[in-house]
Amino acid sequence: MSKVLEASRAGALAAPARRPIRFGRLGAFMERESVFSWLMLTPPLLFLLAFLGYPFIYGVYLSFFHKEVARAASFVGFGNFVKLYDDPIFWQAVRNTIIFTGVATILKASGGLGMALVMNQSFKMKSFARAMLLLPFIVPTVLSTVAWQWILDPGMGLFNRLLMVSGLAERGPSWLGTPTMAMISIIMVNTWRGLPFFGISILAGLQTIPVDLHESATIDGAGTWGRFRYVTLPSLLPVIFIVTTFSIVITFFDFQLVYVLTGGGPANSTHLMATYAYSLSMGAGQMGLGSAVALSMVPVLGLLLVLLTFFVRKD
Amino acid sequence: MVGELTWRKRLLGLWLPLVGFLVVALFPFTWMAATSLKTNAELYDPKAMPLSIRHPSLVHYIDLLKETNFLLWVANTMLVAVIATGISLLLGSMLAYPLARMRFRGAALLAITVAITYLIPQTLLFVPMADLIGRMKLGNTLTAVMLTYPTLLVPFIAWLLMGYFKTVPKELEEQAMIDGASRWRAMTRIILPLCLPGFLSAGIFAFTLSQNEFLYALLFLSKSSVRTVPIGVVGELIRGDAFYWGQLMAGALLGSIPVALIYSFFVKYYVAGLTAGAVKG
Repeated sequence: MSKVLEASRAGALAAPARRPIRFGRLGAFMERESVFSWLMLTPPLLFLLAFLGYPFIYGVYLSFFHKEVARAASFVGFGNFVKLYDDPIFWQAVRNTIIFTGVATILKASGGLGMALVMNQSFKMKSFARAMLLLPFIVPTVLSTVAWQWILDPGMGLFNRLLMVSGLAERGPSWLGTPTMAMISIIMVNTWRGLPFFGISILAGLQTIPVDLHESATIDGAGTWGRFRYVTLPSLLPVIFIVTTFSIVITFFDFQLVYVLTGGGPANSTHLMATYAYSLSMGAGQMGLGSAVALSMVPVLGLLLVLLTFFVRKD
Repeated sequence: MVGELTWRKRLLGLWLPLVGFLVVALFPFTWMAATSLKTNAELYDPKAMPLSIRHPSLVHYIDLLKETNFLLWVANTMLVAVIATGISLLLGSMLAYPLARMRFRGAALLAITVAITYLIPQTLLFVPMADLIGRMKLGNTLTAVMLTYPTLLVPFIAWLLMGYFKTVPKELEEQAMIDGASRWRAMTRIILPLCLPGFLSAGIFAFTLSQNEFLYALLFLSKSSVRTVPIGVVGELIRGDAFYWGQLMAGALLGSIPVALIYSFFVKYYVAGLTAGAVKG
């Protein structure tokens, strides 16, 4: 509060004497709330229109054309979508994206809740521990993914070396070499990276729960589980819901992890829709087809947005 | 009795799981560091313990700096991150200020639009964006990423700053205007300085995101001299042969250090930015 007072005092000093200045006619026009607002809003809106709105619309346009890199486009109507409908790799990518998003989100949310409950106790060096736990989330994803590639290396990687040294297995699994193991591996790495985001967000939510709620629950005879079930969890639901929705959007559209770790392989078995769109448009030069893959993700995004706005409105 | 019981509860409820979470979060970094400090002979010796180092050596770091453009990539990354963050803060606050503090027609609709653009993923835009950058003849220039990163950052920053701008009471501004200050002056001299923590949160977040960005860098920067760290490491340090892990891990570790360092100084603001969306709603 004192900061606010100080600032208002500074403001009073900054204004030359205590008498209203007469702005010119142009000045008075600029002082109007709506004029001032639109003057401020125009540059960022033009920027977003040019670099976000235009590419989006151009992407929709492209998906109805047969367009190869550096060639003229020819209109094919829904041709690209029909082609995708008959493309088994596309459906594999759709399946993978859903499994990847679903499993990783459940793991991140439950692990994050666990992390938050552990971190919500008081202990020494707590803020240091929090900073350490967030590291996987802040280090450039590509760099940590490269480290994971080395951890999962079938011959010399850390996991298989540890399995060998401990005598648990003579030869460890080929973590990225078979379709099933590769899917498990990308889900594992995504969970490792995203779990702290859930943990720290839910922790922030935990800290907003008033202590007296817990106290009155204890007086009413609730045990540890009862307090968790009837006080903690209901108060956390809004936070968990919003963080989960964000995370689903980010995970559903993930690109770099799979691009670096498996490149969609072995034999296209780990392609997500994002990496498949990339390999079609940049690898094979089929810009129209790639745009169509990207656009097929819009309904999911739309559904999530509706859910989110509905929830925020209700709040 | 009681002391022993709580001690046991602390061990099972706090220390064991905490150590578990820390080990899982940090072991990849330990492995990075251990790999980067071993000579190839030790690294690929099947009998050596994987996480211990017998003969530490800086040979991979020296090779990395001598044989590749790594330092140039670090400089490019920093330059791009600073400029993209600057542009994004400027545009983001121009968007957020009227939306948070002014009454005008269309404000509600505009606020929803900003929230939606915040969630539009890059994946939807990269094909047309590649075409657009190509037509603007910006391929292989840092300008390409300096212009496109703000599209990822502005909506988020605007959203975050709106929360901060709303907390400053309207009376402060009115008082300043009664005292003769213009709207512009009230904003720049009184409201914005009070929102400094918001700018720090948004700035640190934008900065780490710009250093992290991969897809646009992959699309637009194919020449070694204009690459950023993530794309340089993936594009040039991964070579077909088996004996590159030492240098690769040295690159991954050195590339992570600037981000980790900046983050550690501003961790409070970073966490505030991270959780603002979820907790304040």
